[in-house]
Amino acid sequence: MAMKFRTFLRHVREGSKNIIRNGWMTVASIGAVTTTLILVAVFLALVLNLNEMANNIENDVQINTMIDLTATEDEIIELGGEIETIAGVESVAFSSNDDELQKLIESMGEEGESWKLFEQDNPLNHVYIVRAAVPEDTERIASEVETLNGVDSVVYGQDVVEQLFEFNKYARTIGLALVIALVFTAIFLISNTIKITIIARSTEIGIQKLVGATNGFIRWPFFIEGLLLGVLGSVIPIAVIMGGYYYLDTNFSETISFSFVELLPFDPFAWQLSLMVLAIGAIIGIWGSVMSVRKFLKV
Amino acid sequence: MILMKDIYKTYANGVTALNGVNVDIKQGEFVYIVGPSGAGKSTFIKLMYREVKPSSGTIIISDMDLSEIKERKVPYLRRNIGVVFQDFKLLQKLSVYENIAFALEVIEESPKNIRKQVMEVLEMVGLKNKARFLPNELSGGEQQRVSIARAIVNHPKIVIADEPTGNLDPETSWGIMKTFEEINARGTTIIMATHSKEIVNTIKKRVIAIEDGLIVRDEHRGDYGYEI
Repeated sequence: MAMKFRTFLRHVREGSKNIIRNGWMTVASIGAVTTTLILVAVFLALVLNLNEMANNIENDVQINTMIDLTATEDEIIELGGEIETIAGVESVAFSSNDDELQKLIESMGEEGESWKLFEQDNPLNHVYIVRAAVPEDTERIASEVETLNGVDSVVYGQDVVEQLFEFNKYARTIGLALVIALVFTAIFLISNTIKITIIARSTEIGIQKLVGATNGFIRWPFFIEGLLLGVLGSVIPIAVIMGGYYYLDTNFSETISFSFVELLPFDPFAWQLSLMVLAIGAIIGIWGSVMSVRKFLKV
Repeated sequence: MILMKDIYKTYANGVTALNGVNVDIKQGEFVYIVGPSGAGKSTFIKLMYREVKPSSGTIIISDMDLSEIKERKVPYLRRNIGVVFQDFKLLQKLSVYENIAFALEVIEESPKNIRKQVMEVLEMVGLKNKARFLPNELSGGEQQRVSIARAIVNHPKIVIADEPTGNLDPETSWGIMKTFEEINARGTTIIMATHSKEIVNTIKKRVIAIEDGLIVRDEHRGDYGYEI
């Protein structure tokens, strides 16, 4: 049966009144939500950033195919064609030994000057830069490329990539497990706090039931109360996210930017994270509150 | 109106409260339920507003079979039944007016009707001038009137009263009984558990006596029949 808007307003009024009436219990509940959400926010920021880095790395993996120094021009062209036919290869780009030296010199900065000596007598290999369409195929493609004629060796940062993937997998799992554990702890804390205040209200609930209130009618103010607790509890965490992330983003972004280690940009990430924290807060509050009223409804 | 057939009730702790009760109460009747403490009076009364479910047997109230209605339909059953208790069960934080209006808010009555109905019923129980008082500012008799007002404000067909005069002095009790008679005169069925010999013997009505979970006597215009 649809609820009348008037009744809905009544529930909102009752729920808000309870927030004020419960005084320190309200403060305790909000405190529990606040603490949880700050921790959740930190973990989420970490996990999501790690996730993003992992994606960057995954997409960044390229196979550098070193071509035999003795290979002739025809052989090199033939090799390029062969690599292109390997399943899962997205692109093949040729980079001459001069290009490679140039890249090396640039990446070394001032020290690179000394490498200029080699411009006359370049010791480097010509290189085919191969990219896989799907990052997971990298290893297979690399080993196939290695068997082709005219290939000296392949380099794709095997160890680094594997370790990073592994690390990320663990970080994600542990981070998520912690977030879930925290959320449940908070729900438990809130439902206990509200339970204490409900005992004082159990007569009221009993009378409501006697005059024919449906369970829904009785539950609604608690639903509102829980929602408010959750939302109020997420105010400080959101401020922390906004302030903290802005600080990180402006102060550390440049100093720690390697090619792939890059923080997610403040806008929109901090906003999205805040919204997430607000939603989690609301769920914690509502769940905790509705859970605690449940057993008082069984008459 | 109210029909009970072969009602048995054994509580989870093994206590048998009712042991095969059959009863038929017609619309508009006024019935006293008498008997010693612990004989099953309370259980008998609680069955009617589904505070207690029978272990076996059938209860039909206003064409609703209580053994078949779903848990979520119970509130709608209770809206047809007003309940009055010995301890009034008023909300101490709310005024007289708010206590009565509460029963109508729950069933989502419009504010206009709530006002009208609450004032009507306050007039009937003679507390119109105390609408803004809190329960603890009233005498016991007045508080019981408020709880009666709350029970009848949405015009239920049945009013169930569990020792409504149990906490009141004799003089106040007569006033409360007069109110119940007025309610009954409007066609409302009244079922009242009581220990008051004076009341039962003076205001003659149907008397159902329960002992050891059985109806041992059912007389029209009966006597209390016990010495205490």
